[in-house]
Amino acid sequence: MPLGRYRKAALNQQVEPAVVCRGLRKVYDGKHGLFRKPSPSVVAVDGLDLVIQRGECFGLLGPNGSGKTTTVEMLEGLLAPTAGEIQLLGLQWGTAEQALRERVGVALQETHLPEKLMVEELLTLFRSFYRAPRPMADLLADVELEEKRRAWVGKLSGGQRQRLAIACALVGEPEVLFLDEPTTGLDPQSRRQVWGLVAGYRARGGTVVLTTHYMEEAERLCDRVAIVDHGKLVRVGSPSELIAALPGDHVIELELEKNTKNNASVLTTDELGLVTFVKEAHLSAEGLWSLAVREPEHAVAAVLALLERKGCTLGRLGTRKASLEDVFVALTGRHLRDG
Amino acid sequence: MAEPSKRPSPIVQLTLMRLREIGREPGVLFWAFGFPVLLSIALGIAFRVRGPEPTVVGALPGISDDLKQILVEGKIQVKPLDAASAEAELRAGRVNLLLVPPQAPAQPITYRFDPSRVEARQARARVNEILQRAAGQTEPRLVRDEEVHEPGSRYIDFLIPGLLAMNLMSGSMWGVAWVIVHMRVRKLLKRLLAAPMRRRDLMFSIGLARLVLIPMEVAFIVLFARLFFSVQVAGSYLALLTMAFAGSASFAAIAILVASRAQNTETVSGLMNLVMLPMFIASGVFFSASNFPDSIQPVIRLLPLTAMCDGMRAVMIDGAGFGGILWPLAILALWGVPAFLLGLRYFRWN
Repeated sequence: MPLGRYRKAALNQQVEPAVVCRGLRKVYDGKHGLFRKPSPSVVAVDGLDLVIQRGECFGLLGPNGSGKTTTVEMLEGLLAPTAGEIQLLGLQWGTAEQALRERVGVALQETHLPEKLMVEELLTLFRSFYRAPRPMADLLADVELEEKRRAWVGKLSGGQRQRLAIACALVGEPEVLFLDEPTTGLDPQSRRQVWGLVAGYRARGGTVVLTTHYMEEAERLCDRVAIVDHGKLVRVGSPSELIAALPGDHVIELELEKNTKNNASVLTTDELGLVTFVKEAHLSAEGLWSLAVREPEHAVAAVLALLERKGCTLGRLGTRKASLEDVFVALTGRHLRDG
Repeated sequence: MAEPSKRPSPIVQLTLMRLREIGREPGVLFWAFGFPVLLSIALGIAFRVRGPEPTVVGALPGISDDLKQILVEGKIQVKPLDAASAEAELRAGRVNLLLVPPQAPAQPITYRFDPSRVEARQARARVNEILQRAAGQTEPRLVRDEEVHEPGSRYIDFLIPGLLAMNLMSGSMWGVAWVIVHMRVRKLLKRLLAAPMRRRDLMFSIGLARLVLIPMEVAFIVLFARLFFSVQVAGSYLALLTMAFAGSASFAAIAILVASRAQNTETVSGLMNLVMLPMFIASGVFFSASNFPDSIQPVIRLLPLTAMCDGMRAVMIDGAGFGGILWPLAILALWGVPAFLLGLRYFRWN
């Protein structure tokens, strides 16, 4: 690795954020054709402003269809924005594409890598694109695929394939790494391996921009998250800040006994809201109450007392710490997993 | 300052990717090598040199046994029929001709046949010749038959260059158009573009992979045709390879145009068939293109596959050198160059 590049990068670090975008917008034109129904234009990303600092791990958190992938693909220079401005490492895609490609690593949401290639052959292919590729042994060690170096890509498990995709993104030792839903569809163990991989890259000083709809992933990995919905930025902050901004830092979930479920209205939002320490109450369509509370041990006692007074039989009760999921629900009124 | 490791060449690696994908996919190998061989075996056997079709004649009751005997000795199959079934047999073509006995001793024998059927007219001629000769007719003019079975003039000699041209055409179309769209569908194209890969390296490597395969495909079919059917190459192998490369390049350019916008493999398969099917039929792969009406001959002559078939046949059958394939080469360039420029112009990378 040429020393000069590091020194330059270190200098840039003082002045330029990793990613800046202003008024980013993407509209997909509706299709018109003789034989198909005209479809209306779709606004996928609607005026996004982001600043991502170097060394940061930044997450775009939102449900499917919220515009996360469109946003990162514009940042990656793979999709032309309808409007808005993007700066990566102080450069722009239009004028410095080749230079940026050397300095940015990309793992797309799903790439079907050539199945008949061996792991080693695929990495060699990607190494051929970069001026100063990382040594094969380092790449294989990073993604724990040393033993699979001679295996066909098609024979790898989902987790191994995803690690290989990330290895392809790491070949040029990028300054910014984009990961679009890196653990979607992976089992918990593979997911943790990917998280470890991201942590290792960050330890070497890299900036990570990732999208996810797993709140646990965002909380675990990200210094800051942007909550996006319908192509708009809803809130930006560190996971702990966002959670701390909720009315309650814990959630009580309770369900009444089946026979009283049908008249769940025996409890009302107002009544529950009046209970000490309960800040907010929601009733889901399935009859599950979730209460945003502070000091859960006292809140539970107060809620149980209310139930006793009303003569309701408790079916199930649990408490948990508030998560980014609750932040998302509080901000948008919807769950992350909803379409 | 030590470079951490040597950098491989992107063009070599991209080409190797293509060749490995092909070499490790038995299906691809079959379509490139097995299929044309099977096709030429089947067609070669179907059109193998063989004797004329047997002539079958229906004899109505009343035709004498002597007469039947004369015909049988003349290698005519005689089928005794009753009046009821005779007409049905004739209509179905199971007999080529009916012999109807004379109404009275002085009357002539009647040949009943459908003159619009070639084999019926042949049957009439043969039956008549045998019967007239048996009755004492002689041939006043001396003639001699000479049957042609020489290599170079058989159907298989005509077929193999056409098959070679057709195979190189579909090889280029599949090996370029389908491969590009398949990469686009799998988002591999997008992934490669997200790396600092030069677009021209990718295009170049797809062409290079074809370049490696073409001599193998040509050699395989030519060798097979030589061993199995003794098909010779009358002209120079260099001219043959030149035709193969030029034709493949022209079709690769057309393939880039076909693949430039297609978003899924169904669309590109449809487009490829749209391009290739009319030429399979019109360009004289299996039968001479001159069978088509004169009015559309100029169009057929300008088709790239016609040019390729003509060029291949000129080299393999007529022994043409480079001078004899200039016109086919010009037509191929006429298609290839504009197709390539348009294809690049409208190419959808993302």
